[in-house]
Amino acid sequence: MDTAAKKKLGLKEKYRLLTRDLGWTPSYRTHEEIHPYLTYEGIKIHDWDKWEDPFRLTMDSYWKYQAEKERKFYAIIDAHAQSNGHLNLTDARYLSAIKLFLQAISPNEYCAHKGFARAGREFVGVGTQVACQMQALDEMRHAQTQIHAMSNYNRYYEGFHAFAQQRDRIWYATVPRSFFDDAMTAGPFEFMIAIGFSFEYVLTNLLFVPFMSGAAYNGDLATVTFGFSAQSDEARHMTLGLECIKFMLEQDPDNLPIVQGWIDKWFWRGIRILGLVGAMMDYMLPKRVMSWREAWNIYGVENGNALFRDLARYGIKPPKHWEDAEKSIDHVPHQFMLALYQWNFGTAFHTWIPSDDDFDWLSKKYPDTFDRYYRPRWEHVKKLAAAGTPFKNVGLARLCQCCQLPCIFTEPDDPTLTCHREVVYRGETYHFCSDGCQHIFENEPEKYIQAWMPMPALFREMQGNIPQWMDWVGMVDGKDNHDYVGSQDEKNFNQWRAMAASNSL
Amino acid sequence: MAVKSTKQYVFDHQDAVEGFHGNQLVYASWDRHLLFAAPFLLYVSPSMTFRELVEGPLTALIQPDPDASQVKWDEVKWLKANQPFTPDFDATLAGNGIHHKAMLRFDTPGLNSLAPKA
Repeated sequence: MDTAAKKKLGLKEKYRLLTRDLGWTPSYRTHEEIHPYLTYEGIKIHDWDKWEDPFRLTMDSYWKYQAEKERKFYAIIDAHAQSNGHLNLTDARYLSAIKLFLQAISPNEYCAHKGFARAGREFVGVGTQVACQMQALDEMRHAQTQIHAMSNYNRYYEGFHAFAQQRDRIWYATVPRSFFDDAMTAGPFEFMIAIGFSFEYVLTNLLFVPFMSGAAYNGDLATVTFGFSAQSDEARHMTLGLECIKFMLEQDPDNLPIVQGWIDKWFWRGIRILGLVGAMMDYMLPKRVMSWREAWNIYGVENGNALFRDLARYGIKPPKHWEDAEKSIDHVPHQFMLALYQWNFGTAFHTWIPSDDDFDWLSKKYPDTFDRYYRPRWEHVKKLAAAGTPFKNVGLARLCQCCQLPCIFTEPDDPTLTCHREVVYRGETYHFCSDGCQHIFENEPEKYIQAWMPMPALFREMQGNIPQWMDWVGMVDGKDNHDYVGSQDEKNFNQWRAMAASNSL
Repeated sequence: MAVKSTKQYVFDHQDAVEGFHGNQLVYASWDRHLLFAAPFLLYVSPSMTFRELVEGPLTALIQPDPDASQVKWDEVKWLKANQPFTPDFDATLAGNGIHHKAMLRFDTPGLNSLAPKA
């Protein structure tokens, strides 16, 4: 009997032993048969072993680590539910941001899961496969914890119940859906740039960090908890995305123009979605942490510049439409919120006219744009509401064929003029919200002409029958939609809070 | 440029006019009147006259703007596909060359209550 104590394995050794069997040499199938999608995108790889997984996390430590986080997460979620945590919110207006998050973001965490599971299968190289597999699990966990955290609100408030079908059907949720569909139908390398790099590296910072601070500021313990629980994964995800870029660039000089093209494309696709986060931060949070402009300066400009300085040694330039993005920052949150308000008969969350205090805050945070361009519109909207004829724009909207957003954006150098761009492709006219989106279309028109666009579809599939459409998207008219003022959410929240804080019944 | 693909990659236009039950989409936008967040999407018959389009759905849609009542349609400057365009008000949309998903813009110089003062 061997009684000598076995030496405990070091992490590196353990990782090697746990992953070595993934790197077998096939005997009766060719390498190309097993990995059929590695070359058609044009990326040239000479040595897969050069892609190192810097975290070297083994599955057993991964499970242990995530399980600990889950225990903490569910303990807090339970406590939040049992102590009527929803009544600690600053105001139920805040929940519009959360509804939008649940309808438009959480289901796409699940898409990220599917995408990484596929990337892990398609890539060669043990380190890569393991890193993708773990990220696939993370993304599934994020979808799940987000849905669980927000499900408490579904017991008390409107607009939470149909998020899963809304993701595919409702006109604003199809925007991130289109982003993910585009990524998931790309090759594995482009997918890594789209999600691993653009979504994780460029966008998650702007989505999660300031947004989660917003949740904390507004008393939403449930959302803060999933934010924290996800944050430690994000560091790993960002590293994976960045590793992938550097790996491609180091492997062959021919990869540079392809990678640059993807960075240009996915930066712009990301920026378009991010505008929604701007509206959430500047308008939907009753108590605001920082403006969208301030968040952009820190997480977009500072972090972005550092990143692109780092990538400059490979020949990578900042994304093509960076300047247009910068010019749009002081406009986009206002453009989005005015749009969401005038179409609020078709949103499964409430919007409202900002208060005079809000106007002053916005004017202070956006000294060059709010008073000049947006306050006059809001004042007029306020006048219409006071006259008993609240502004409902029933004209619906021209959508951008690329990002699928309504074309609410103005010319980069003229904020008084809508940006009109159109292209004729194989005899059919296509419209875009910006040069960025038009260029993406022109690079791959066949990909976007097949897109399911929610506004045309309303007429093609339902001949414009709005009640039928509402049933189909799971929206309860008069409950989920319209102005917050006068809504059931407002009435309930105020009543329950009064009951919790006083003796009135 | 073409999509990089492993096999032939060709698709139909998802929103071709054939799918719209004999009708078509027309987009319309009032330049520098950004109370309306985006260009309007109109679902109309190609046999509708231009006058019917303008005096019907378009006039109704722009009512929330404070300038709406002062618009003189016969003085409006039109653009079609971003190019100057002179419509024949009594001809049909088809007769005016306003095809499926055509973009109409109209400008009303001097009318701009909600636009910033220079």
